Amino acid sequence: MLDNGFPLATESNILKELIKPPTILRTVVNTITGSTNVGDQLPTGQLSVVPWRRTGVKYTNNEAYFDVIEEIDAIIDKSGSTITAEIQGVIDACVKLTGMPDLTLSFMNPRLLDDVSFHPCVRFKRWESERILSFIPPDGNFRLLSYHVSAQNLVAIPVYVKHNISFRDSSSLGRFEITVGPKQTMGKTVEGVMVTSQMPKGVLNMTLTPSQGTHIFDPVTKLLSWDVGKINPQKLPSLKGSMTLQAGTSKPDENPTINLQFKIQQLAISGLKVNRLDMYGEKYKPFKGIKYMTKAGKFQVRT
Amino acid sequence: MGFFFPMVWYRHDDLKEMLDSNKDSLKLEAMKRIVAMIARGKNASDLFPAVVKNVACKNIEVKKLVYVYLVRYAEEQQDLALLSISTFQRGLKDPNQLIRASALRVLSSIRVPIIVPIMMLAIKEAASDMSPYVRKTAAHAIPKLYSLDSDQKDQLIEVIEKLLADKTTLVAGSVVMAFEEVCPERIDLIHKNYRKLCNLLIDVEEWGQVVIINMLTRYARTQFLSPNQNESLLEESAEKAFYGSEDEDAKDAKAEAASLAKRKPYVMDPDHRLLLRNTKPLLQSRNAAVVMAVAQLYFHLAPKAEVGVIAKALVRLLRSHSEVQYVVLQNVATMSIKRRGMFEPYLKSFYIRSTDPTQIKILKLEVLTNLANETNISTILREFQTYIRSMDKDFVAATIQAIGRCATNIGKVRDTCLNGLVQLLSNRDELVVAESVVVIKKLLQMQPAQHSEIIKHMAKLTDNIQVPMARASILWLIGEYCEHVPKIAPDVLRKMAKSFTNEEDIVKLQVINLAAKLYLTNSKQSKLLTQYVLNLAKYDQNYDIRDRARFIRQLIVPTEKSGALNKYAKKLFLAQKPAPILESSFKDRDHFQLGSLSHLLNTKAVGYQELPDWPDEAPDPSVRNVEVPEWTKCTSREKRKEKVEKPFYSDSEGESGPTESADSEPESVSEESGSSSSSSSSSSGSEEEDEDEEEGSGDLSEEEEEEEGAKKAKKKKAPQGRKGHAETSSEEASASESSSSGSDYGSETEAKQRKAVRAGASRSPIPPWHPPHRSLGPSQLLSPAFGAVRTYELLHRMAGEGLSVEYCFSRRPFPGDPHMVAVQIQISNNTDAEVKSLRVSEPKPLSGMRIQEFPEIERLAPGDTVSVVMGIDFCDSTQAANFQLCTHTRHFYVSIQPPVGELMAPVFMSENEFKKEQGKLMGMSEITEKVTLPEKCRSDHAIVQQVTSAANVGRVPCGADNEYRFAAKTVTSGSLVLITLERREGAAAQLIVNSEKMVIGTMLVKDIVQALAQ
Repeated sequence: MLDNGFPLATESNILKELIKPPTILRTVVNTITGSTNVGDQLPTGQLSVVPWRRTGVKYTNNEAYFDVIEEIDAIIDKSGSTITAEIQGVIDACVKLTGMPDLTLSFMNPRLLDDVSFHPCVRFKRWESERILSFIPPDGNFRLLSYHVSAQNLVAIPVYVKHNISFRDSSSLGRFEITVGPKQTMGKTVEGVMVTSQMPKGVLNMTLTPSQGTHIFDPVTKLLSWDVGKINPQKLPSLKGSMTLQAGTSKPDENPTINLQFKIQQLAISGLKVNRLDMYGEKYKPFKGIKYMTKAGKFQVRT
Repeated sequence: MGFFFPMVWYRHDDLKEMLDSNKDSLKLEAMKRIVAMIARGKNASDLFPAVVKNVACKNIEVKKLVYVYLVRYAEEQQDLALLSISTFQRGLKDPNQLIRASALRVLSSIRVPIIVPIMMLAIKEAASDMSPYVRKTAAHAIPKLYSLDSDQKDQLIEVIEKLLADKTTLVAGSVVMAFEEVCPERIDLIHKNYRKLCNLLIDVEEWGQVVIINMLTRYARTQFLSPNQNESLLEESAEKAFYGSEDEDAKDAKAEAASLAKRKPYVMDPDHRLLLRNTKPLLQSRNAAVVMAVAQLYFHLAPKAEVGVIAKALVRLLRSHSEVQYVVLQNVATMSIKRRGMFEPYLKSFYIRSTDPTQIKILKLEVLTNLANETNISTILREFQTYIRSMDKDFVAATIQAIGRCATNIGKVRDTCLNGLVQLLSNRDELVVAESVVVIKKLLQMQPAQHSEIIKHMAKLTDNIQVPMARASILWLIGEYCEHVPKIAPDVLRKMAKSFTNEEDIVKLQVINLAAKLYLTNSKQSKLLTQYVLNLAKYDQNYDIRDRARFIRQLIVPTEKSGALNKYAKKLFLAQKPAPILESSFKDRDHFQLGSLSHLLNTKAVGYQELPDWPDEAPDPSVRNVEVPEWTKCTSREKRKEKVEKPFYSDSEGESGPTESADSEPESVSEESGSSSSSSSSSSGSEEEDEDEEEGSGDLSEEEEEEEGAKKAKKKKAPQGRKGHAETSSEEASASESSSSGSDYGSETEAKQRKAVRAGASRSPIPPWHPPHRSLGPSQLLSPAFGAVRTYELLHRMAGEGLSVEYCFSRRPFPGDPHMVAVQIQISNNTDAEVKSLRVSEPKPLSGMRIQEFPEIERLAPGDTVSVVMGIDFCDSTQAANFQLCTHTRHFYVSIQPPVGELMAPVFMSENEFKKEQGKLMGMSEITEKVTLPEKCRSDHAIVQQVTSAANVGRVPCGADNEYRFAAKTVTSGSLVLITLERREGAAAQLIVNSEKMVIGTMLVKDIVQALAQ
């Protein structure tokens, strides 16, 4: 919400107080009763000392979930060696706790975190002195922390891509072959693998056969995407075939880069581990949960 | 439905009906539809009366929508909008703080000039509201009112001053925002709040943090010394040792050693340190704007060794959206030029991904190039090799240029780069080839002797390369360095002559060029070839080529008719050409404050606040002390004594003690001034003193403020009788004032007079003591054109107790400091006693302003007059310079405000120079105004006279007789001010002012127009 161009309220908790986010139930109720999503209470949250948390929160089930999500940004060169790799992580939280809980979250290995940025609710002093996250959480979903594990640390790359893409000068045909396989995955399966590649303009069409999953080549945008799914280490997924090039033009002098998407559940690739979560200030016992996940961020393989 | 336009009219009727109904749900529905219409850009203004009626509606949802409507249409229907005002006024008194706040918010958003006084009152009231939220809203309302009516500035500044003293985090951000909008130049308001702002900073909401940090950056630049001054000096000398010649060096070294020794060892001001320490944690903010703000603060303020901390945070921002990336990378690019070491560890974070948008790629490339040094160049070049094969051709071209820059910066890899670029010449893409030829050309120009091999190779390439630009570049190279390839050059010419008719125009021109050069160096082999080429060119279809051929033939082929130029042909064609400099486009960007829009655009944006340079001498750090500093104490005590002496409802005075009299409530001001005017012995323009005191007391410590509050309460409780007494006394005073209005010399009237003088209403004749004086310095500054010199009053005879002071701008360069404006001051003693030790004391210049006082005048006999010169550096602004004029008994607060025309000194330039400079100052720096010249002001003489009297400018000779040109340079920054006055038929004329300083330009236009109108 802006006032004369100056941001007045950007905290989602306050905005939700002003206009309730639409839900199916509310839409149904609104059409029957004729009311709207505009909040009919005054937004008192703006006045409190903790502007990010609305007052008078009540839940029957008190629960706090934390997702540690890490993304690997990497550039892999032609020969498969890593040019640059870094890990960007976030801790997303979904906290539904009654009253004004005061939480502390501690890590097994906080030194791993090279660079952090916090939600304003986190007390910076405690982090500086004890490496503990101490905060009064906003209500609902929010991003508690984002962090960076620097390129200096060696980053384990969980997948590899074998590729053989070649254009021949003489004929208007090219060869295309990609294989994806797991590398250092700590025994976890790699899921949701998706390969996309922007082909050069000279490529007219591709005739490919995948060993698993589905693939699409859009001849207009020249975008090849291959939805692989899970990687089975016994039978590595591959995509083979040939490309039809525009006749008469010379071969493209660049090879396409391959962008990779994947997901690994139950693993934080940097090795970050949450030690414990404590709650002060309220009497009840909340249900606590934590989940780890590793994803590919901007993961690029040059060919 | 929207297709049936006529329907809209009917629907408006039904909307009116719905709005008039009793049901809230119908009203709500109607309002929703109206607001939707506004959102789609349809006109809903004819519903205004029907909507405004509902402003008093109980339903909060309807009310909100009515507010939205009001804010949109109030400006168009001002009369009707007034109907709603009373509702807001009621809302301002509501017990609920949120209602009070939103009433003020909407009231201040209604842009109707009539309600300005109501808004002003509401803002003033809200500024002292109990609830910090309402005070915050008051701060938000200030810039809105200011944009509606800028005459309210002074009153608004008072409110800002009050709000700045607020100690809640909620208010801090908003009031600083108001401060930046309304009075960014009043940096003196910050002094007392500086430490508080630093300490509150971390708890202020994010957007407020951004504003505060930017403001504090500017503040710190004016108040602290540069933390890097010693280092920069050392660095400079090191650099000179590299490039300078030896004996020069020795001199420099000595001089520098001397200046180093002179300089005191640098100790950082604790307040400076406080700022750096308190902003550092904000680098961890989740808000990119905050991180960027802190980063620019560190870059501009921190000692070199500490700037490094921001690199990590900036690299983190690179992960966010491409818009944020773009801004961050621009700033990183600028920083990386100055502080390369800072980003070196993060080199790999700037590697380019094929999925990045092109602008981002090019910026990353820029950063990588800036970071390249001897140790990492091989990795960077390897990276560049991959980029060259990218599909994005613009990016490839940029990469080739980047390679060129690396090669020029790092001598070690020049050959490698050259070889790499030569290989690129066989690329199939035109753009790549052309770009690499151009870059190779630049590289070769630096050391052609060593690279005849490459020139030979390029000569061979002419058979294959078809890109015209590249062919032309190669031919130029061969022609330029034909001595290095004496055998190949004629051969290339032979080949080109064969294919001449089929070449592109640009290539043909270069073939002619090559032929001419060869003819001059090696006429034996190439004479016939050249003539053949020239003959071909003579009949070319393109007239440009025909012209060139004719021109060159005349120049190089000696005939009996050929002119004098023939002798110099060799010099003309084979002159040494300077090697082009390959440097970053971000090189000089850091004179803009980083993170600002102006930096992003690399031009000055509207509203940009220039980041001042560090002062040479630190201003007094004690101004930030929150306790009452020693000097105010004593001076105010002195005054207190004086005041105690005055007959001033004496009984209450005795009780309340000195603190009360020092305090200056608005009510008491009128009382005091009244009393002082009644007692003639001490009628010393005390209002001015009071003003100054007000400033002082505004800066008082918390306890004093609390006292003030307590006192207010006391006053309210005070018995009615006394109040009545005070009122009557003030009334009396005003009566006495009005009775003596013929000779009323309060400072207020003086200010009015001064204003009038500036407006030119009353002009004094040339002062007799002013001898015309020519001094042509070594600079191009002209001695000023003498028109009428106006004198202004500094201190009137009555206000000064017989001492009268006048000043004028002598328009002579101030000796000792060319950046100062010379102010001639004439002091006459009209009393019958001697005045001793006249001097200037306690100048309180605004940021950057400097005052060079005149030497103390020992004694001034009764009836005597003396004139002295003082210098003031106004920093190219028309802000008044305030100082005290002291005698052995009295202090007078005075201020000198320069008319804009006095802030410059004339320069001499020729007509051509003038035109050239004017060409550089187009667009935003040009201000045009139409003028109608009055009857008596149409002669040349009169016009020149009027313009030179309005501004200190020099006339520039001009060919046309209906045009007048003047030029000047501003005194402080030396930026050019060019004035052109063009007469049209009759009385019409057009005035054009070109100046980098747009403010000065606009004010100057106003002044000149006014001067001409007389």
